[in-house]
Amino acid sequence: MDLINIILQGVLVGGLYALFAAGLSLIFGVMRLVNIAHGDLIVLAAYIAMEVIRLSGLPPLVALIFVVPVMAAFGYALQRGILNRTLGGDLLPPLLVSFGLSVILQNGLLAVFTADSRKLDAGVLETASVSFGGLSIGLLPALMFATAVAVIAALQFMFYKTALGRAFRATSDDAEIAELMGLDRRRVYAWAMALCLGVVAIAGVFLAIRSNFDPFMGPGRLIFGFEAVIIGGLGNLWGTLAGGVILGVAQGLGAAIDPGWQILAGHVAFLLILAIKPRGLFPRMDG
Amino acid sequence: MSDGLVVEGVESFYGDFKALHGVSLALEPGKVLALIGANGAGKSTLLKSICGLVSPKAGRVTWRGRDITGLGGAQTVALGIALVPEGRRLFKSLSVEENLILGGQIGRSGPWGLQRLYDLFPILQEKRHQPATSLSGGQQQMVAIGRALMSNPDLVLFDELSLGLAPIVIKDIYAQLPKITGQGMSAILVEQDVTRALNAANQFLCLVEGRVSLAGAPQDHSRDAISAAYFGT
Repeated sequence: MDLINIILQGVLVGGLYALFAAGLSLIFGVMRLVNIAHGDLIVLAAYIAMEVIRLSGLPPLVALIFVVPVMAAFGYALQRGILNRTLGGDLLPPLLVSFGLSVILQNGLLAVFTADSRKLDAGVLETASVSFGGLSIGLLPALMFATAVAVIAALQFMFYKTALGRAFRATSDDAEIAELMGLDRRRVYAWAMALCLGVVAIAGVFLAIRSNFDPFMGPGRLIFGFEAVIIGGLGNLWGTLAGGVILGVAQGLGAAIDPGWQILAGHVAFLLILAIKPRGLFPRMDG
Repeated sequence: MSDGLVVEGVESFYGDFKALHGVSLALEPGKVLALIGANGAGKSTLLKSICGLVSPKAGRVTWRGRDITGLGGAQTVALGIALVPEGRRLFKSLSVEENLILGGQIGRSGPWGLQRLYDLFPILQEKRHQPATSLSGGQQQMVAIGRALMSNPDLVLFDELSLGLAPIVIKDIYAQLPKITGQGMSAILVEQDVTRALNAANQFLCLVEGRVSLAGAPQDHSRDAISAAYFGT
């Protein structure tokens, strides 16, 4: 029973990792940008949520009504103002610029909010649980997982069934020809980044409810996100969810053996999968 | 002032290579221009300079009296210039129908729509939900033509229409060409097959190493003169 419980908790935490990863996957898919600042943007969203809650007194999940649009608008401006200028030829300039952005975000948050660890208080939601057959499921992890599934289903729908998704896919296939269809790639990329940071906002708030956060925990979240994307296979959103789940379960099993092995076990699982299937478990067929 | 296309002294680069050394042409509405020349003569670069994918370093491109030099592809298509690119370049993660819909996304009004295209190329209706790149070469070329027509252009630039296609397919596509250009639409036709291009056109322009070597109406020049101009002899 213990083992089943560990696996179940791991699966649910995997939902959070999938939320970290979904935006990363979207951005890489649309504009081949590896965004090193992704984790720091998650932390930024957590701090913005903290401020929104301080000013409004709303519960954290309700505060998302403000945090999501603020982050999305920030994403649009970030892409138009900075990242678009780095795209076009080499992979390296956008990588370096996003690395610089990561450093700026970390130190900016440190200057404004100090290095103290913070946490968002979601009240009874954090401790409430339902049990059946000896298993106990926390309401928060369950909600987190359900949110991840809903977000990925929504992104999938957007990508394959809407005009915006068509524009994303066309620009990803051939940006030059997409331009001749009236799609200005700079605007398409900006919408993609806006959407990505909307998802990041959700991830950031869940992160901040679940655990303590400080200005320097972004890179760690970035690694989890990357690993989930790579395990699942680039360009496959449901694969990303599976990747998050595998990572979560591996960490749970590691922690059960020895608490010090939690993070390590996730990385080992990642390396094993990469060694056996270098393109991930569910790579997109046409890649 | 012309209500067609006027290109004056355009100089453009293909990467670091200067592909056009002052090219000029004029095309009236409803006319078809055959653009001929050997590989590397600058034909594709000239088309790209017109539709905005390449920004000329010197010279001027005027469309219906408006200066469109270096305007960018997203704007020129809105003004009614569409390109059928060399090698088709369909969007591989989009279905046939999505490729066509995207072509019409710019929202210009005119005779062309999905149904009209399916009437022109019935096979596309049958395969409309398949990935565009799963079709045969000729069918893909139909999608590429359809995608350009969906924007209801007044000028279509066809780059290497018959490249890599079976002769029978080329014949089919050329048979449909009058139905397309008969709507008062102008066209520029880049083609390896000089005879076929000249037969389909009202006027021609021959490029050699980025310069115009001969231009005029096909019937005003002997085949030998055109051939000499083609090879730059």
